[in-house]
Amino acid sequence: MDFDNYEMNNFYDELLEAPGRPRPGAAPLMNRLKTMPNADLIRHQKLAEAELLQMGITFMVYGSNEGAEKIFPFDVVPRVVEAKEWEQIEKGLIQRIQALNFFIDDIYHGQKIIKDKIIPEEMIKTSAGYRVQCQGLNVAKRVWIHITGTDLVRSDDGQFYVLEDNLRCPSGVSYVLKNRDVLKRTLPRVFQNMNVRPVDDYSHRLLNMLQYMAPPEITKPRIVVLTPGPYNSAYFEHSFLAQQIGAELVEGRDLVVIDGYVMMRTTKGFERVDVIYRRVDDDFIDPQTFRRDSKLGVPGLMDVYRAGRVVLANAPGTGVADDKAIYTYVPAIIKYYLNEDPILQNVPTYMCWEPTQRQYVLENLDKLVVKAVNQSGGYGMLVGPHSTKSEQEKFAGLINARPRDYIAQPTLSLSRVPIIAEDHFEGRHVDLRPYVLYGKSIYVMPGGLTRVALKKGSLVVNSSQGGGSKDTWVLGETIKKKP
Amino acid sequence: MLSRLADSFYWMSRYIERAENVSRFIDVNVNLMLDSSLSEDKEQWFPLVTTSGDEEDFKARYEEATRENVIYFLFADKKNPNSIFSCLQKARENARTMRESISSEMWEQLNSFYLMVQSYMHEPLDLDNLYSLGRQIRMASHQFVGVTDNTMSHGEAWNFIRLGRMFERADKTARILDVKYFILLPKVEDVGTTYDAILWTALLKSASASEMYRKKYSHIQPDKVAEFLILDREFPRSMRFCLAHAEESLRFITGTPYGTYANEAEQHLGRLRSELDYANIREIIKSGLHEYLDQFESNLNNAGVALFATFLAMQPIPGYPIIKRTEQS
Repeated sequence: MDFDNYEMNNFYDELLEAPGRPRPGAAPLMNRLKTMPNADLIRHQKLAEAELLQMGITFMVYGSNEGAEKIFPFDVVPRVVEAKEWEQIEKGLIQRIQALNFFIDDIYHGQKIIKDKIIPEEMIKTSAGYRVQCQGLNVAKRVWIHITGTDLVRSDDGQFYVLEDNLRCPSGVSYVLKNRDVLKRTLPRVFQNMNVRPVDDYSHRLLNMLQYMAPPEITKPRIVVLTPGPYNSAYFEHSFLAQQIGAELVEGRDLVVIDGYVMMRTTKGFERVDVIYRRVDDDFIDPQTFRRDSKLGVPGLMDVYRAGRVVLANAPGTGVADDKAIYTYVPAIIKYYLNEDPILQNVPTYMCWEPTQRQYVLENLDKLVVKAVNQSGGYGMLVGPHSTKSEQEKFAGLINARPRDYIAQPTLSLSRVPIIAEDHFEGRHVDLRPYVLYGKSIYVMPGGLTRVALKKGSLVVNSSQGGGSKDTWVLGETIKKKP
Repeated sequence: MLSRLADSFYWMSRYIERAENVSRFIDVNVNLMLDSSLSEDKEQWFPLVTTSGDEEDFKARYEEATRENVIYFLFADKKNPNSIFSCLQKARENARTMRESISSEMWEQLNSFYLMVQSYMHEPLDLDNLYSLGRQIRMASHQFVGVTDNTMSHGEAWNFIRLGRMFERADKTARILDVKYFILLPKVEDVGTTYDAILWTALLKSASASEMYRKKYSHIQPDKVAEFLILDREFPRSMRFCLAHAEESLRFITGTPYGTYANEAEQHLGRLRSELDYANIREIIKSGLHEYLDQFESNLNNAGVALFATFLAMQPIPGYPIIKRTEQS
């Protein structure tokens, strides 16, 4: 398969700088892809998919009963990010995560940022992610957002922008690790020649971070992964990560609070738990503190947490900082806490809460992307240029009724990467979600989940909406010579 | 180990064993009916439903115990919680919730077992493919045991798996013997005839026991068959063998020495096993085989309940000292 008839359609392509001309870092990969016989490449793709199915790397599709598990589609052509570019992303993410952590700590303590009139109090109090129950909470090592996965997109100007901050235990990292596994076997030589930076130490770093968070008097902390259970769409990932870090995978019903400690039920009696990597939402972790009807949580957990006898990663209440309206304040947040200019830029965003911006949004619904501030997964969204008049009218109504709940952004032209479309390559839009661990220091995984909108022309990369994934190759400083 | 996990190990294994045994029931009946020279409408299929213990459910949803209905009920019926398909579905669900705790070989084996059974779901089951299906099911179940034994550490989890398998097998062997004993009860004029021998051989076959039985006793005699399936020390599907191994696993898990007990599960199981150790087939038959087996099933059930209470459903007792982890340096 070659790239002779590959159409770029004026989009920024991650692998090619012009038709027929690969970007310098991607050249060895492109040469290999070109010389590989068609059948081989397709066979590798099919093998990779069969392997994912056999290993059970699946996600659950809500509302379907037969064969409820589906594989997350995977395309073998990797996305390449060059060393210099990555350096900027890494610096930018460290800066951003640090500032957001300061911000959350401030919101639940002195609220200096409100007193200094950087963010209006109303903005915070009306945020769906704000948890008044977390006021005054002293979290271990002052870290709130232990694990994050920031969504980045590259626009046609070649710049990376932050699209969303995901500060509530985002999923997807297991696909990064598995995709890499498959790619190392599919393209071993070119992988080695290009000096791709490893991601395989993620689990090790995750474990170190969780151990570091444990109360200091505990020398061998008991770490568990808390899952909502096998019917959750990300159950495979919960199970996989627990296995990788040697932790027990527990459900709420396995845990109980006794004498001020969190205990798990084992065949040998109750055992104390020190650190909980929880993949259950704030609302459901403790029916005594949050939603009373939750069956997924542990009654009394928050009391133990407040007393410092168990660590939760991530801390509850962090959703206040990934609210899509508060997102617009992140550059100001970085400036306020770090006194630095943001290294990574936001996508320009209009807040419907603000009357003049709302007016602009309402007049340009056919050009903008409108998003509900507390929804994710590609739900609650209006993509203006692809929408009908009546959809626009519906959103106008929604915005007028609850302006705080909506933001709007210009329709970005996302960058593209080639995928295998039957017997040739075609460009598809992608985003990038690198994972960040906040422990003793902040670690940014070199790579991350490249999500790709597999449907031709689509801009929506979410797995629930026909998205797939690719491996992400971040190159090291020097490129080895081809043998 | 997490109590919930222990529960999943135990049930995963019980369901696989159950699927295997249901397939054995079907297989032996097919054999019997073929040899009985009865026309299809005279065939006896209802005893099979009795063996599986789901008569009420069957009667409520089916009009007649025809061959077709009974086989569908036992193999493919999703509403029957003990059909082969339902058992495998539940075994697989249990395995799926603990993917991180079983070997990937076990998962793959169970997954392909399930997919194999599923592939027969939309086919009409007739005498042509029943035989090969039954063979595949039994083989897949044996493979699962083999893969488990060879890819998983023989620690606590493995012992919960064996415990489940042995409990289920002991129960099913008792049921096979109990129900068949009544159907097969020979008419005076049949005793000692070829037909009688065929019936008892079929019974042994349904427990994969006919070859091993013949090595030991050569002639088919009803009391010897009962003795073999209840009391044999060495045959892996006899009730005594199953309980001996179940107890071995239980004691591995708790560490309690033989001859003593530290919880109700050990008490129940230990008592039941030692009864079998010192039983005698003449006494059993004299007191009534059916009554004996009935009592056995009920005692086994109680042991299962005690097992659940001991390991799987612990509740904190206010004011009662609990085990806190001691610091290791």
